[in-house]
Parts: sequence; C-alpha cells; structure tokens
Amino acid sequence: MVTEELSARQLRDRIAAGQITSVEAAEAVFKRIEELEPVIGAYISTYHDRALETAADVDRRLIAGEPVGRLAGVPVAVKDNMCTTFGATTCASKILENFHAPYNATVVEKLLAADAVIVGKTNMDEFAMGSSTENSGLKQTVNPWDTTRVPGGSSGGSAAAVAARLCFAALGSDTGGSIRQPAGFCGVVGLKPTYGRVSRFGLVAYGSSLDQIGPVTRTVADSALMMNVIAGHDPADSTSVDEAAAPVCDYLEKLNEPLKKLKIAIVPEFGAGADEQVQKAMTEAIDVYKKLGAQIVEIDMPHLDYAIAAYYIIATAEASSNLARYDGVHYGHRSEKATDYVEVYSKSRAEAFGKEVKRRIMLGTYALSSGYYDAYYLKALKVRNLIRGDFTSAFEKCDCIMMPVSPTVAFKIGEKIDDPLQMYLSDIYTIAANLAGVPGISVPCGFDQNNLPIGLQILAPAFAEDKLLAIARMFEKETDWHTKMPAIIT
Amino acid sequence: MAKKIDQAQVRKVAKLSRLELTEAEVEEFTGQLRAILDYVEKMNELDTTNVEPLAHCLPLSNVFRQDRVKESLGTEKTLGNAPQRDGEFFKVPKILDDSSGA
Repeated sequence: MVTEELSARQLRDRIAAGQITSVEAAEAVFKRIEELEPVIGAYISTYHDRALETAADVDRRLIAGEPVGRLAGVPVAVKDNMCTTFGATTCASKILENFHAPYNATVVEKLLAADAVIVGKTNMDEFAMGSSTENSGLKQTVNPWDTTRVPGGSSGGSAAAVAARLCFAALGSDTGGSIRQPAGFCGVVGLKPTYGRVSRFGLVAYGSSLDQIGPVTRTVADSALMMNVIAGHDPADSTSVDEAAAPVCDYLEKLNEPLKKLKIAIVPEFGAGADEQVQKAMTEAIDVYKKLGAQIVEIDMPHLDYAIAAYYIIATAEASSNLARYDGVHYGHRSEKATDYVEVYSKSRAEAFGKEVKRRIMLGTYALSSGYYDAYYLKALKVRNLIRGDFTSAFEKCDCIMMPVSPTVAFKIGEKIDDPLQMYLSDIYTIAANLAGVPGISVPCGFDQNNLPIGLQILAPAFAEDKLLAIARMFEKETDWHTKMPAIIT
Repeated sequence: MAKKIDQAQVRKVAKLSRLELTEAEVEEFTGQLRAILDYVEKMNELDTTNVEPLAHCLPLSNVFRQDRVKESLGTEKTLGNAPQRDGEFFKVPKILDDSSGA
C-alpha cells in the first residue's frame, strides 16, 4: 500500500519488488493532490494523464523484466524554473505564463531517463527572487504545518509538496538559500550541492554564479538517491564541473559509511542572532553529535556578517543582466500598448514583471551603472572573496560547519512582504554558502511551541556532498523529527 | 560613499532597465532602494585594499569543446514562442524614424 510514511527510496524498492505498482503510487499522489492542493497551492501545473502513462509504462517494463531506471515509478515534482517540453515553464511570472520550452533542462532529462514520474511543476517566488513564495505572480502557496504561514522560498512549492506528500521528492533551486530555507520551514530535507555539481542547463537563470539545482526530500537517503540521478558533468553547461577533477560517487552507498573523529565547527557569535527556540533546537542537535563522539570546535568567521550585503549586490547585478532577455520580442509577454520598439521593452516588462523582480533589476542595474560599479559591485566581489576565505580557513579546522537554516520559524503570510530589507535579512544563514560555492543541507531538528519545524544546517567543503549526506544521516538515525507529519495530511 | 539614491536616479535606472515605472512605483522604490543601499554600505567597514574580486567560485578559465556542427532548434521551434511573427521573422515595430531623412 502507498502510505504517507513511505520515503521515495522505499517506494522505489517496493515498486521494483512488485509490492506496489507505479500506477498505484501515481494514483495515490493525485488523490492527495485532489484533496489538499486547493489548500496548499504547491503546484503551478500538474500532469495527471502524462504521469499515469509513464507509470503504466514502468509497470509494463517491470513485468516484462526489462531494465528500469533508479527512480522507476517514483512520483516527483520539478520547480517551475526548469524547462520542460511538456506544459509551460513559467518561473511563476506573468512574463512567461505561456512559455513552452523547446527543450528539457538536463536535470529533467535525467529524471526522465531514471524513469521518474513527473507529477507537476511547483510554485516559487517569481524568477526565484524571494524567501516566502509570496512573490509568485501566479498563485499563493501555504505552509502545510500552518496554512496562515509561508512555506519559505523561493522553492516553496517544492518544499510544501514534499511535506504535504503531494509528491515523493522534488527538485528546487538555491541561489541564496532557496532550497534549504523552505525545506527548514516545511520540516523536510533540502540539499544545495556545490556550485558546478549539477547542470544548470535549462534552469532559467537568476544569479548565474550562485544558482544551483538540488533535491527537496523527506529523508537524507532520498536526497542521496536524487543526487545519484542529477549530479555530474554536462557538456551543455560550461560551469558544470569535470568529473575527472571532482568525481561523482554513489551517494546512497556512502551514506552509512562510519565517520571517525568527526569535527564539527560552530560559529557562536554568528548563531546568536537566532530566536531562542531555534537556538535551543540547535544546541540539542549539537548534543546528539556530541553523544556520537563528535568533537565540537568553536570558530570565528568574521566576514559572514557581510554576506547579505554582498549577495544582494552580486545576485541583483547578475539578475539585471540575465533578465534583459525578456524583451517582448523573442518569447514571453508583449504589451499591446507599445507603439515603438523601446515601448515594446519598457511596457512589456512593466506590465508582466512583479514588484520584487523590478526592484532587483533596478538595484542590480544601479550597482553596475557608471559611477557606482566600484563602490558596489566590485566591492561586493571583494567581500565575496573574504567570505570564501572564511570557509577555506574554517574547513582546515573541521569537517563541517553547523548553524541554523533560518533565524526564525516560518513567518506569517504578509508579515514581511512590504519590507524587502527585512525579507532579505531572513536569509542570513544560508547566503554565504552560495557566495563561497560550498554545499549545504537542511535537516529537520525540532519544533517550536507552535509545532512549526526548525531546520539544522550543515555546510561542507566543495564537492564533499557524500560526507555532508553521511553527517546528516548520522543525525537522522538518532532522531525522529523527519518522521513527523503536518496534521493536515493525517 | 556615494550620495543617497533619489527619485531622479531611480528614473534614470528605470530607463536603463527598460522598465516603465508609475509615479507611485518611483516613490516606493526610491525609499526601498535607499534602505537596502544603506544596509549594503556595511561592506565599507571592511578594508578590501589588497583583496582580489571573486566573480565565481570555480577554478575555470576557458572551457573548450570540439568545433563540430550539431543539430540546432530549427526555425519553427525558435519562433514557436514569438509574441508576433511574420513568416520566418520575429515581428517588431519599426525601429527607424521615417522623418530622419536617412
């Protein structure tokens, strides 16, 4: 039977063993979508018929004894900033509302090759710009743990879908915390791989030197399974890393490898800004590792405090350039009011971009404009180097760094939407990993007094996803936070 | 440090960004961008005199591949999302002014 306790890996194993059919799994997910999606709003589009056809094909091949892929029959969701040749790829923006991609993103090709059943495309902050999914130009997603609260963002739809069991695993993208923060807010696992580990080909660009695709799952093992499918070099993405330089391994196989003399660094001064309940959950999480024999070292990372400032210049500068392609000429919305070619640009963009996207394009354009380039953009790139230096020296003293994912639990819908700076500040713990290019994972580590999930963030050196997942798995084995489910689904 | 961003600069940046803003948006963005830039000034607490700028984290310089002809999208797929087309072309309003005498 398909139950809400099943993880993606368990489901896959049962489908392979003939205990559950792929069609049963897909039908169970669509039944739940029918019941809960009107409340949760995780999906921009769903593909019932297509999914069931894929599932039936997997079942047929299993019966015939033909080979199947590593995710055979597993219902998964994809964030709507990854191109698919079926349906629209909207980025939750009115400018791309009717955009039909002419090719699949490499990660989508890889999911399909692994025989995953793609259920739908998930909601997000428009162009992945935001921390609450409230900036979606198309719909609102709520947090399954408390429907008056945000699911986090920008991969809020993916995190809410996994938490509410509207799929078994999902892909998100993380430019400044957009996988880890919603995973933390929704009580699920979210992994941002090292920059360059997963192909960005077909991912609609926001901040190209920061964007990275990764899994959102119920368990650490499911993230390892997803990484086995999506990681690796792609000739179509020149920033995806050569596997000779940084080999991809079997992340599932290495998950339970014992880690001897584990050294964990904490950054006491930096972590002190979090809410009391978040800090308490952190202390308890560290205690779990202490009991397992880990050594805790206190370190100083003096430049982390400047990460938000540097990020909101670098990311918006890159965005202002990346989003110049939305010109109303080649694809996307074109204003009907434009009378000359300049108005085709300026009116189309004004009509179809949301406020946060406009704000970031403005900020980035300003930071790159003549007279301000040195003071803002160049300065931010130098600060970025200092931040990366903090990580390099930290990893000489430890295997991983631990800190909260976010300073608070999920906030109320509407609470920060009128104050962009306050919204930006909620990314304080996640942003540095993107600037330094290192991998980070969010794992459930407790609840506050209102039963809202708290996430533990673990950061590891570049290309050490195997170790990062194994460290996360150590915690998961000792705790049952990941087995808790929001009341709405039971 | 740079002087505070004002409405005139916001209008200029909007023009550079090809974004037609309403008066209300100009006012709103001026205040919000000012607050964000005030926060960003924090970076000036750091002495970066001898620090190299870091544009991205990978030790990549040039990435080469074989110069081989591969299949491309083709006209129909490329024009498939065009808001307006004319045969094999993207259609846009006239970009040259008739009165220029050129």
